[in-house]
Amino acid sequence: MSIPLTPPPKKDPQKRTRVPTLPPAMRSRAATGISAAAAEGRFALQHCEECGTVQYPPRDACCKCLSVDLTYKDTETGAEVLAETRIHASPDPFFRERLPWRQGSVKLDAGPVAVVHLHGDVGRGDRVRMAMKLDKAGQGVLIALPIERTEAMEDDPTLRGLTAHPKHRRILITDGRNPVAVPLAKALLKAGASTVFVGEAEAWRRWPGRAALEAIEGVEIMDLDVSDMRSVTELAGEIGGKTDILINTARFVRPGGVTMQDTVFAREELDVNVLGVMRLAQAFGPGMAGRVQDGTNNAVAFVNVLSSYALVPDPAYGAFSASQAAARSVCQTLRGEYRPQGLRVMTVYTGPTDDEWHQPLPPPKVAPSALARDIVNGLIEGLEDVYSGDVAKDMFERWQRDAKVLEREMTTGGGI
Amino acid sequence: MSEILTQMAASLASGETKVIDLTHTLDPDFPVIILPPEFGQCARFRMEEVSAYDHRGPAWKWHNLTLNEHTGTHFDAPIHWISGRDVPNGAVDEIDVKNFIGPVVVIDCSEGSAKDPDFVLTAEIILEWEKEHGPVPADSWVLMRTDWSKRKGIDYLNMAEDGPHSPGPMPDAIELLLERGIRGFGTETVGTDAGQGTHFSPPYPAHFLLHGAGKFGLQCLCNLDLLPPTGAILLATPLKIKGGTGSPLRVLALIPGEGA
Repeated sequence: MSIPLTPPPKKDPQKRTRVPTLPPAMRSRAATGISAAAAEGRFALQHCEECGTVQYPPRDACCKCLSVDLTYKDTETGAEVLAETRIHASPDPFFRERLPWRQGSVKLDAGPVAVVHLHGDVGRGDRVRMAMKLDKAGQGVLIALPIERTEAMEDDPTLRGLTAHPKHRRILITDGRNPVAVPLAKALLKAGASTVFVGEAEAWRRWPGRAALEAIEGVEIMDLDVSDMRSVTELAGEIGGKTDILINTARFVRPGGVTMQDTVFAREELDVNVLGVMRLAQAFGPGMAGRVQDGTNNAVAFVNVLSSYALVPDPAYGAFSASQAAARSVCQTLRGEYRPQGLRVMTVYTGPTDDEWHQPLPPPKVAPSALARDIVNGLIEGLEDVYSGDVAKDMFERWQRDAKVLEREMTTGGGI
Repeated sequence: MSEILTQMAASLASGETKVIDLTHTLDPDFPVIILPPEFGQCARFRMEEVSAYDHRGPAWKWHNLTLNEHTGTHFDAPIHWISGRDVPNGAVDEIDVKNFIGPVVVIDCSEGSAKDPDFVLTAEIILEWEKEHGPVPADSWVLMRTDWSKRKGIDYLNMAEDGPHSPGPMPDAIELLLERGIRGFGTETVGTDAGQGTHFSPPYPAHFLLHGAGKFGLQCLCNLDLLPPTGAILLATPLKIKGGTGSPLRVLALIPGEGA
């Protein structure tokens, strides 16, 4: 079993906060497919379309037949640990701070032998489950995990360094009025979060869910309106130095396309859904990025909940969809900005949520509790992209297959 | 300078005439009116820093503002309401500026409003007030004092599941004030109408009747408790917005000061 993490002591104010270091970030273009798979929680390896060979490490040509027709495909995750070693010296600043470091070679059921990180609960001769995870540099790496869950396995330092587990972390949910806030706060606390701060915009306006949030032990309601830089800055001044995970649930949505939609609503959608992310990033981002290596409860993830209409619009929600596409783009830029510091930017795409603004839509719709579960699971798994609900999963799959076909399908049957 | 203006300048300088600010600070956290969410909403007040003595402008600080014509302490022009849409010169930029300075009377409804958030100003109350202070003068502003401006946060709109609960005028009160030929009507609440004014007949009588008659509104006022019932002068000058239906503004009152 892993040694369970103990709640971290209060920070010694005389000690300098450790400056984040990163593992080697260079990858070939061929190897970037591993990072893409890790970002989505998949295990994918290069398959040769000519001879069917599965190869690792990634290369530009098949190691058996030299074909360049190589495709990343989800691959079976079973493997056996052939050998293990413990590295005691390294010139690399990242690994030097974490020595000794265990690595091993595994024989994948799919064929190749790979040198991988080892979870503390696996060793030579063990059957293991392979996973691809993003490391602090945002690059995909392979880790061998126990087949069955072991006690406190998420506390293993190697695994914890590859995920954004809520345990012992202080988490900000930016909008308490979002129906996901209550189940999300509960799920985060259940996963071990030490405090869940929940933002409340316009405290001068009554809202029904407040009492339920207030009643949860471990929740602190704070003034926060993502449409107001002053408000965001003030809260960052208060808790920015101890926000380990930020989950942006603020969103403004009104049905309506583009021709018949009101630009006042569209402006609000852009202000909350796009500029809101920018304001949060400006106020909280630098502090979080500076605390990526700040002990057990270090800053790990900046999360945004978006609609899958970010990929392709639903014309019935045209202006809202535009805001989601813009927000997606902002999140991708943030990845570029935070990757050098090792702060993860996670986007959670959800299909139509089961709320007042999607009320006339037929099921399937994403229940707040299901969305909460997927967000927490994404943190535990250390993902960058999470698709919550059948609609989002299906849209993503069809978008990958042929974005133009999906566009045609989504925009057929509209009309004003 | 005419004699009266010279006297006035001296009176202001000596404190014989006092200037009272009836305006709330424009603050992002100040409530605005809330409509059913499918309707368009009143923009909240926002300040966005353009530069602050930095790389965006090394020697100066300034902000872009976002707000509605009806955000914060504000003026309602006749064209704000459907009943006043055809009133000549009914937009803020068209109103004769002489309307922006003039006499003001205050009807104290603070006691009733403290007891009942749905307190209403009736014609009967105005007639009682006139017994003591004389008829409401023609072309004067009439302000309904409720001390509502002292309420903070959630208690200001005082929203319940059946809508907001805040004091305001009944239709018969507005009709009587129109008979008196008033210039406009002002309140300390978020609108000139009662929180439950949608259920009156006509709905929103202050908006409907006043603006239909070409009169003006003022709302989100404060410090009305510092004004005398009669004898004060009100300065309410909306911004000159082309076709504007209203405007945030600084509302001042001139009242007799010490030694007056």
